[in-house]
Amino acid sequence: MKELMLGNAAIARGMYEAGVKVISSYPGTPSTEITEEAAKYSEIYCEWAPNEKVALETAHGATLGGVRAACAMKHVGLNVAADPLFTISYQGVNAGLVVCVADDPGMHSSQNEQDSRHYAEASKIPMLEPSDSEEARSFTKRAFELSERFNTPVLIRMCTRVAHSQSLTEKEERTVPEQVKYVKDTMRVMMTVASRKAHERVEERTKSLIEFAETTDLNRVEMGGTDIGVITSSVSYQYAKEVFGDGASILKLGLSWPMPEKLIKDFASKVKRLIVIEELDPFIENHCKALGLKVEGKSLFPICGEFSQNLIRKNMGMAAPESVSFEDPVPPRPPVMCAGCPHRGVFYVLKKLKCMVYGDIGCYTLGATAPLSAMDLNVCMGASCSGLHGFNLAMGRAGEKNSVAVIGDSTFIHSGMTGICNIAYNATNSTVIILDNSITGMTGHQQNPTTGKNLRGEPAVKVDLEALCRALGFNRVRVVDPYDLSETERAVREELEAEEPSIIISRRPCVMIKGTLRKPPLTPDHDKCIGCRACMSVGCPAISVKNKKLQLDTTICVGCGVCSQLCRTGALEVNKND
Amino acid sequence: MTKNVMIVGVGGQGTLLASKLLGRVLTLRGYDVKVSEVHGMSQRGGSVVTYVRFGEKVSSPVIDKGEADVIISFEMLEAARWLDCLKPGGQIIANTQQINPMPVVSGAAEYPEKITEKLKAAGAKVDADDFLSIAVEAGSALAVNIALMGRFSRYFPEIDVETWREAIAQSVPPKFKDVNLRAFALGRGE
Repeated sequence: MKELMLGNAAIARGMYEAGVKVISSYPGTPSTEITEEAAKYSEIYCEWAPNEKVALETAHGATLGGVRAACAMKHVGLNVAADPLFTISYQGVNAGLVVCVADDPGMHSSQNEQDSRHYAEASKIPMLEPSDSEEARSFTKRAFELSERFNTPVLIRMCTRVAHSQSLTEKEERTVPEQVKYVKDTMRVMMTVASRKAHERVEERTKSLIEFAETTDLNRVEMGGTDIGVITSSVSYQYAKEVFGDGASILKLGLSWPMPEKLIKDFASKVKRLIVIEELDPFIENHCKALGLKVEGKSLFPICGEFSQNLIRKNMGMAAPESVSFEDPVPPRPPVMCAGCPHRGVFYVLKKLKCMVYGDIGCYTLGATAPLSAMDLNVCMGASCSGLHGFNLAMGRAGEKNSVAVIGDSTFIHSGMTGICNIAYNATNSTVIILDNSITGMTGHQQNPTTGKNLRGEPAVKVDLEALCRALGFNRVRVVDPYDLSETERAVREELEAEEPSIIISRRPCVMIKGTLRKPPLTPDHDKCIGCRACMSVGCPAISVKNKKLQLDTTICVGCGVCSQLCRTGALEVNKND
Repeated sequence: MTKNVMIVGVGGQGTLLASKLLGRVLTLRGYDVKVSEVHGMSQRGGSVVTYVRFGEKVSSPVIDKGEADVIISFEMLEAARWLDCLKPGGQIIANTQQINPMPVVSGAAEYPEKITEKLKAAGAKVDADDFLSIAVEAGSALAVNIALMGRFSRYFPEIDVETWREAIAQSVPPKFKDVNLRAFALGRGE
């Protein structure tokens, strides 16, 4: 019987069936479940690597050793892994290598909306795009066959709506190919002679792949009405099917790079009006134009944001269903830091001290939201450390005395270490706060090298952050408890004043980690409460004010006591019975 | 004909188990099914939505404006937020619980009053009830999701109660099976 399966779980199933032995990944929404689901198969070794570059290099190393290997990452993760990607394209593989990258049109949980298909073209690596879970599973198996047949890594591009949708999926048995023997080959040393030869081989490979693209069943023509012919891929195919049914003809590209030429031209010749429906950039459209075809695409549909069936209906001049909106304004419900979140105290202090805060990527980006509003900017993983250094180079002492970088433990290991090394080595008097909550929080609680556990939850080496920072050149390294506001404030003040660079490690495990010790909820004293709203300034979802008296949601309060340190009348007492 | 059901609520309310249960029921009955949700940032107490579509052959994984046959709302404000996805005259099943979002807590925005009346005025059929109390009566406040699905089951007579009970048994840990079956029955009104 077919199983209702998440797109990401179906990728993992495909990897299992393809006989994959090694998966190395870094978590990132919407790709994380691929590796988590794969780890449920005991036959596959899975690990969280410190970052995507390490993950890809590890997976490639495994294929050199002769087993099928893979890695998964979000779109911006591929930027980090781009360096090895381009040269592994030249080098080829020994056993199949698949890189699964998940784009996030609509930016549900990402800082940009980049289109990973450009990487396929730029690195000259074939790319498959599933449009539902069954394709996610079967394309993954095909990807490994292609990888070995054409001696190339293969990219699989997911998007949020395929990765995080469940649909009915077949299951097949696992087949493990025989381990390929490793043989030393000097042409693997990517220096002039070998690299030049490799580049020529890659260009020949692309020609062969175009030939393959002309006839493979990964690309599919569904002839219907011929007034409109749609070329599409990924989830856009599903929207097009929803809108047109059999009323239009569709060329669905499952292999979106390299693209077939004859197949596209042949399809174009059979329809009156050729339209490309693709989210994000005009990738297929530009290819069609390069083939000299008259085609519409981004003249009809936006580059920004996600598509949907109504967007296609409206932009095609077709009727969309009637709908009614609620008569009153509906207040937004933005995500908030959890009650008891250890990041809250740090951001409260930084706001109080009016610091310039260079943020980073993680749960703590929520420190930018009201009422804390204590983050000036963020860019990408690790940028806080290196960006702050640059800021202080420009600002001098005025910047150094008032600015901090904040970065989580996992992000620090991912790419903050090199940034703080630069601070110490090139000597700006910068202050970096490592928000060590002992977990990779935002992506749903993955282990990392600072947590003392591996992906399977087994004991592992635990990076000593204090020793690491000292080794990278910092004399001033101190640890604070972010639940203690006065201690945290003192630390930030002193380190900003200090005449050398410093690291503050704000250490408290995430309250959502299973097993984190929670204290009993606070007991509000309504007689003492004067309705001053001081406790409201930390933006805790457990606290509200009704009829000028504080209300405490005791089902979510974990008794962290941060609010009680703000109360001047003693209306929020910490229970002593813990 | 494809049927569209939306499950909406606040991150942490247990909407995922409800959609898992519905997906399982529909799979058991042999429908083509797609269930779509967004993970990540929105789960930190933000507004959450799951789209469930089923029929002979389902294409798009999402439900757009004016397409939902039923909206199951775990919280009143969320019913109001997603009203524009409902087909004209469609059914809303709502838990009367109110959870203030941060802009309301901080005083920057107001929680709308008389939401049920306004939903009805907009043409929706509304079945609002205190499913939290129903869940507590069944034995656990956490079973509010199953109590809501119990009510929902009344609107789909083509799926028999036994299929629901079988799917619940498959979806929850054995020690919570009885309380959830009780919540389902009470939510259904039996």
